[in-house]
This record gives sequence, C-alpha cells and structure tokens, in this order.
Amino acid sequence: MTDPDPAILLEGRKLTCIRDDRELFSHLSFALKPSQVLLIEGRNGSGKTSLLRMLSGIRMPDEGDITWNNNDIFKLSTDYRENIAYVGHKDGVKLDLTANENLSFAKNLGNPDPKINNEAALDAVFMTGFEDVLARKLSAGQQRRLALARLLVTKSKLWILDEPFTSLDVDGISVVEKLIKNHLSEEGMLVMSSHHSVSLEEESIVRINLSQ
Amino acid sequence: MNTASIPRAFSALLKRDLTLAFRHRAEIANPLLFFVLITALFPLGIGPDPAILKEVGPGIIWVAALLAALLSLDSVFRSDFEDGTLEQIMMSPHPLSLLMLAKVMAHWLTSGLPLLIVAPLLGLFLGLSGVEIKTLLLTLVLGTPILSLVGAIGVALTVGLRSGGMILSLLVLPLYIPVLIFSAGAVNASGAGLTISGHLSLLTALLILAISLSPAAIASSLRVSLN
Repeated sequence: MTDPDPAILLEGRKLTCIRDDRELFSHLSFALKPSQVLLIEGRNGSGKTSLLRMLSGIRMPDEGDITWNNNDIFKLSTDYRENIAYVGHKDGVKLDLTANENLSFAKNLGNPDPKINNEAALDAVFMTGFEDVLARKLSAGQQRRLALARLLVTKSKLWILDEPFTSLDVDGISVVEKLIKNHLSEEGMLVMSSHHSVSLEEESIVRINLSQ
Repeated sequence: MNTASIPRAFSALLKRDLTLAFRHRAEIANPLLFFVLITALFPLGIGPDPAILKEVGPGIIWVAALLAALLSLDSVFRSDFEDGTLEQIMMSPHPLSLLMLAKVMAHWLTSGLPLLIVAPLLGLFLGLSGVEIKTLLLTLVLGTPILSLVGAIGVALTVGLRSGGMILSLLVLPLYIPVLIFSAGAVNASGAGLTISGHLSLLTALLILAISLSPAAIASSLRVSLN
C-alpha cells in the first residue's frame, strides 16, 4: 500500500450500514481533503442520512471505520466534534426560543467563532430584523435559514448537511451556495446529501452514489 | 478545546431549559397540581380521622412526589428529540455527561423544587407535626434530585420509542423504591421521636451515588437510543 496522502483529513474505510436486517450499503470508502465536497447521492432509503449520522458521530458504523487525521472519530470523540457542524433533516431549532437565543445557544454549546456575531450570521442568510422573533413564528424556509446560520457562529472545519435545500426558495438556495463556496475557499470541508443539483466546481466534488 | 468554555456550555444549556420551562409554565404546573390533588384526595378516601392521617401522611406525600416526578420525566428529552436539538447537544465538543447534568438540574429546578415549596402546606393539611414537616423537607431536598437523576437514565433509554411511557415507569419505579422507603421512614421515625441520622445518611449516600454515576449513564443511554 502506498503512503496515504497527508492532505486527507476525513476518510471512510469499508463502511457498512445495516438497518432492520437490511444492508443499505457496504464496503464504502472515500477520502476528503480541505476545500473538497463529498456529495452523497442515491434514491430514497438508500442510507444517505444514516451515512451522514455516522460521519457526525451519532451512529456507529456496523463495519468499517471513519478517521479524522488518521484517528478514529469515535476515539477522538470531543476532539472530533469541535471540528464539525451538522444540520440534519430536523432543523435543530427550538421553536420557543427567538432566532437570537437559538444562535447564542448553538454558539455557547459549540466552539464559538469570535469573528462573527448573531446579527452578522442572520444577515448572511437574509434574516435581518428577525432576531427577536420566536422561531415558531417563522416560516419553514426561514427556520431552515436559521438552522443554516448556526453553521456560521461556530468555528467548524467540516460541515455536514442533510438535504440543505429542503424548503428553501430560489434566493435561499443561492444564499446557501454562497455560504458553501465561502466555506470551501477558507479550506473548509463539506459533506452533503442533496437531490438538488449544486453549482460547484466539478473538481472539488467527490461523489458517492449509494444506489449503485 | 479550551476547558474554560465548559462552564459556559453548561450554563447556556441550563439557562435555555429554564427559559423554555418558563415559556411553558403549564407544563411545570401539571405535575405540581397532580401532587397536590393526590394528597388532597386521600383524606376524602380514608376518612378525616387525624390519627390515621398523621400515620399515613408521610407515605402519601412521598408516593405522590414519586408519581409527580414520573409524570414530569417524559418532558426531559422528548421535545429536544423531536426537533433535532438533542442531536445538536450530542454533537457539542463538550463532555455529554456534564451537559446532561445541566439538563437534569434544570429538570429538578422546574419539577422538584416546586414540590418542596408546597410540601409543608400539604404536611400541615395532613396534620403532621413541626418536627415531621422539617424532616419531610429534608428528605425531599435529598430525595427529589435522586428522582430526577435516576429518572433521566430511564428517559434517555426510552426516548427513541414511540410509546416509551409504560416501559419508563417499569424501568424507573423499582429504582425509586429505596428513596421512598428511607424518606417516608425518616419522617415516621422523627414523629415517634427517634433519631433519623441513619435514614438521612443513606439518602445522602444515594444522592452522591446518583450525582456521580447517572450523568455518564444518561450520556451512554442517549448514544444507544440515537444510534
């Protein structure tokens, strides 16, 4: 075996996922470097969300391992988690807190980025003026934007996004694409599943298709 | 990771849960009302004889406290699980067991503490003496945090299940029984003029055990439930 490429940060080796006695995928391997996107494709029920939950350290792979800097992420535990930010298919937004309170909580819970405050994060997703509105009063698309604003308030190298474009309008989609491009240009990394075609440079994309 | 940020995450979670509880005041009031109602119904059921009520009073108050605690447990993780914030908490770079301690503390402040405040009134109502009410309060101070800590382990194990309530009671109630025995025993003993230091020491030991072990157990149970 040749020496691994030192630039590779996130690597999955021979991952297998079994759910309710059904094998969703097996022997899946991939490697991701800074400024790259891992795009997970596949039909419904092919295990996209399960794979994302494995990468975020919530679900254990049934076989195989996931490494960050050549260390197993389940052994790194908190040292891995300070590098990641996750927006799943549930927004993770508390409906009875205001937009501002939601962001402050996310910030304090994670690894806060001192360079950006809540207002700037909300500005970035075009939610200016909604700081003190309860999340319950926001539309589904706005709640999604609020969830995505959470990515900005913490210093996370790896973003893990599950169908980030769900319930977003055309403007929302272009906002998210802009956030993603900025993140990648700052050596950030991204793992996402999406049905929507993303306008990113093809050379930065690593594709996995779970349906094959 | 900067360790100074752990207290900040702890207090952010505590503050968030207290804010949410304050915005859902009816949810706090529900177990409390249940506690008061059960205690108030007993004299109607067994007759108003003060001697009998004084005899069974400590037991009634403690059984009502156990059931009220059980009733309030489901809310510990339910809404966080449903809206996805539980995943966010689990992905925090801070130790999950400490964050869970913050959640349990918030649960106790919103469910255990209100019981402590109304318990003396209910004690008077059932004809307990001053010494007995004092002991009742002491046992509630030591005992109700144990109910929150141990109960949260059960909730963490059942949070992913659709009808976890039934299993939760079966899991958690047997673990509550020592607390019930020592607490009600202490109040009865103090009424009879006996020393209660033995009971209180055992309760304190249980509390220390629960504080030291259950946060880790809650964290592991959650990891299993969400896997």
